[in-house]
Amino acid sequence: MDRLENPVSFPDRFIVHEHDVIVVGAGGAGLRAAIEASGAGVTVGVICKSLLGKAHTVMAEGGMAAAMGHVDDRDNWEVHFADTMRGGQYLNNPIMAEHHAKESPQRVRELEGWGAVFDRTKDGKILQRNFGGHRYPRLAHVGDRTGLELIRTLQDHGIHQGMEVFMEMTVVSLLKTSGRISGVIGYDRERGRMHVWKAKAVILATGGIGKAFRITSNSWEGTGDGHSLAYHAGAELMDMEFVQFHPTGMVWPPSVRGILVTEGVRGEGGVLRNSEGKRFMFDEVPEAYRNQVATSEEEGWRYVCGDKEANRPPELLTRDHVARCINREIKAGRGSPHGGVYLDIAWIKEKIPDASGHIKRKLPSMYHQFKQLAGVDITQERMEVGPTTHYVMGGVAVDGTTQQSCVPGLFAAGEVTAGLHGANRLGGNSLSDLIVFGKLAGEHAAKFAKANKAVEVDAAEVNATTAEIEKAFDRPNGENPFAIQSDLQNAMQDLVGIVRTHNEMELALTKISEFKRRYHKVGITGHREYNPGWHTAIDLHCMLTVSESITRCAMERKESRGAQFREDFPQKSAECGTFNLLTKKSADGSMQVVRRPIVPMPAHLQAIIDRMK
Amino acid sequence: MSQQPSPIVNAPSEATDATHTVQFRIWRGNASGGAFQNYSVAVSEGMVVLDCVHRIQAEQAPDLAVRWNCKAGKCGSCSAEINGKPCLMCMTRMETLPPGETVTLEPMQTFPLVRDLVADVSWNYRVKKNIKPFKPRKPDHADGSWTMMQEDVDRVQEFRKCIECFLCQDVCHVLRDHHKHDEFIGPRFLMYTAALEMHPLDIEDRVSDLKNKDGIGYCNITKCCTKVCPEHIGITDNAIIPMKERVVDEFYDPVTRLFRMFKSKKV
Repeated sequence: MDRLENPVSFPDRFIVHEHDVIVVGAGGAGLRAAIEASGAGVTVGVICKSLLGKAHTVMAEGGMAAAMGHVDDRDNWEVHFADTMRGGQYLNNPIMAEHHAKESPQRVRELEGWGAVFDRTKDGKILQRNFGGHRYPRLAHVGDRTGLELIRTLQDHGIHQGMEVFMEMTVVSLLKTSGRISGVIGYDRERGRMHVWKAKAVILATGGIGKAFRITSNSWEGTGDGHSLAYHAGAELMDMEFVQFHPTGMVWPPSVRGILVTEGVRGEGGVLRNSEGKRFMFDEVPEAYRNQVATSEEEGWRYVCGDKEANRPPELLTRDHVARCINREIKAGRGSPHGGVYLDIAWIKEKIPDASGHIKRKLPSMYHQFKQLAGVDITQERMEVGPTTHYVMGGVAVDGTTQQSCVPGLFAAGEVTAGLHGANRLGGNSLSDLIVFGKLAGEHAAKFAKANKAVEVDAAEVNATTAEIEKAFDRPNGENPFAIQSDLQNAMQDLVGIVRTHNEMELALTKISEFKRRYHKVGITGHREYNPGWHTAIDLHCMLTVSESITRCAMERKESRGAQFREDFPQKSAECGTFNLLTKKSADGSMQVVRRPIVPMPAHLQAIIDRMK
Repeated sequence: MSQQPSPIVNAPSEATDATHTVQFRIWRGNASGGAFQNYSVAVSEGMVVLDCVHRIQAEQAPDLAVRWNCKAGKCGSCSAEINGKPCLMCMTRMETLPPGETVTLEPMQTFPLVRDLVADVSWNYRVKKNIKPFKPRKPDHADGSWTMMQEDVDRVQEFRKCIECFLCQDVCHVLRDHHKHDEFIGPRFLMYTAALEMHPLDIEDRVSDLKNKDGIGYCNITKCCTKVCPEHIGITDNAIIPMKERVVDEFYDPVTRLFRMFKSKKV
């Protein structure tokens, strides 16, 4: 504290907190990490950008993948592991994928012990549903509101575990002393006061980056905060070129464009059709999945009904592929009136009695969402859907056994990390990722905090950071932060979207530099209390960092693989399959992209993959 | 502003789509005072009230405070009062409001004001923490799992749809008009308690708390909470009334009490 009292404004202007472990983010990963660390006997603070229980996890719909084998007893962790690696086009960290596949059933059962109430099988077990890229029905779910169940369960259990929760506060910088994490600095929305949280270890669990794009399923919070915090603190980001465009977002009315339509619709038998009424997903099946896909509509329906002899309908291929096929149909002029394609679940009334009741029971929030926002009754009518920016596979590079980054004391879990999903994430693997790796991060951050003494925060760093984010108040006539944000979103959507080319991305980089110049002139009106303009200005810094990282990596990866499709390099390249791309901040402050060989596949895991080919 | 800002994402990207202009009257201020201010907004087909607020924020009042997250009725953040009625702003389409009339927007009135449309809902979090947490019976199986039938969890699942928007708390006259925040936990948490009490695995007893601490007797079943619930949960009929019945059984009915001594607590 002594060192901190020197600067003029300190400590009056700062509220100082002290914990062993600080968790930044209170979605599934953050809460699971906080529960684990609290249980390990260290003091824990959780900082949430919104109110507790409102994090983006709440939007997850379809389910969480865990090879419990309740619906199909042929399922086990080996099949789940092989599915995850195949979906990620083998750029995944196999150690993480193995741990994930082995651990997730246990983590799901644990939730039940904390009060979660999953849908049930006829014999009273947790029910599992079909999803894209998963060989067997594997997703534990609650209708189409699984994320709500997950976050509420963790929240209601977590508040009794001793953690201190800081709601509506945003972290703007990680603090380091002698190369180690010493805490974080941020502000509260309500009053605009600055806070310093001293900590021995910090866990980033800040989620995704969707707000860097115009059409996204992400809420305002998904501005890549953790990615940016880690990068500027000297950690490495990995696989940032891989941004998942979910095939089915709403396209109409315009104000709801991008809002997610769960893959569960297809898991329950929903089919995709173009304006000619054709099920276009049968037109193209990737080589790696040829043996797993139905050859007729009739076989696809039998799969949905649980026929073990049948293969999956092509609508349940991986998201990268389905999104590209939809894009192709739209570009070829076979789209729907509002620039999407048709997703039809109403057709199952030809197959089952009381289809309307079934749809409302299995997909209640989809029914609700379309009825209320688009005036469409999905039990009777087709939905219009199109791709939406949904998830980033890339993130902080961590050690797959501890979740620690290359910065001592800095851990990460959930969407903000890279490694598990490789070039493309399977639906349902995100919620299980949160609870499996949230737990791991919490465990190791607590260990780190017990093994290491606290280091004092650097007052100069605290003051410099504060001065930086307050500058905007001195420029009441500066650039409008909302306008810069909107221009950035348009640039990323149009130039670094589903289909990419070198020239367009070069243009994107030029634009990003221009946005950075404008960001330095950003101005704020009003005062510090709950001022969205100011908050957006601060978030812009993060969005610009992740946008540059995505663009630079996408340019460097001269191939098409998983979520990255390069029109100028439409094929997969064997050479590009040997490395992951890392983004690092170099000494002069510029962004550097380097190749790192992929994590070698242990022999016992290679054997599984070969067997499941 | 030095330049013409473009509307932010989630508001329609072409203002030229606008079909008409709507007048808004929005509360601006904080705990120490404030007033309504007028804004006119270009509205296009399909827009919801939250889109209009965002458009005002992007083009006219960047410091207009509003709380929101998912914009799809799933997180329960954007609760406010539209023309005096508690609603989610993200799920209220402009077409559903009376045409040609000024739209009045206010923060929820039952909670203290933070700023503009943002209310301080922290009381709700304190209330929840005081309710006895879930306590499961021993697992039925060696792997730590339980057997539960779908029909046994249907009712609890209905309650667990709650998105904690607190609109039911906002509308409840026990809180809104009589300010019984210290004696009454409100419909949200009566239902939360019901969800725990009806959970097939739970072995905790919260019935005496309902009577003595949570103020269930204050509820006189006007069903205002049920009417505003955006998830259409039967708060009064399915949660509160059964809990009132349990309180009656436990504390006021000697025959039932005697009978219950011979059977397990959970029914």
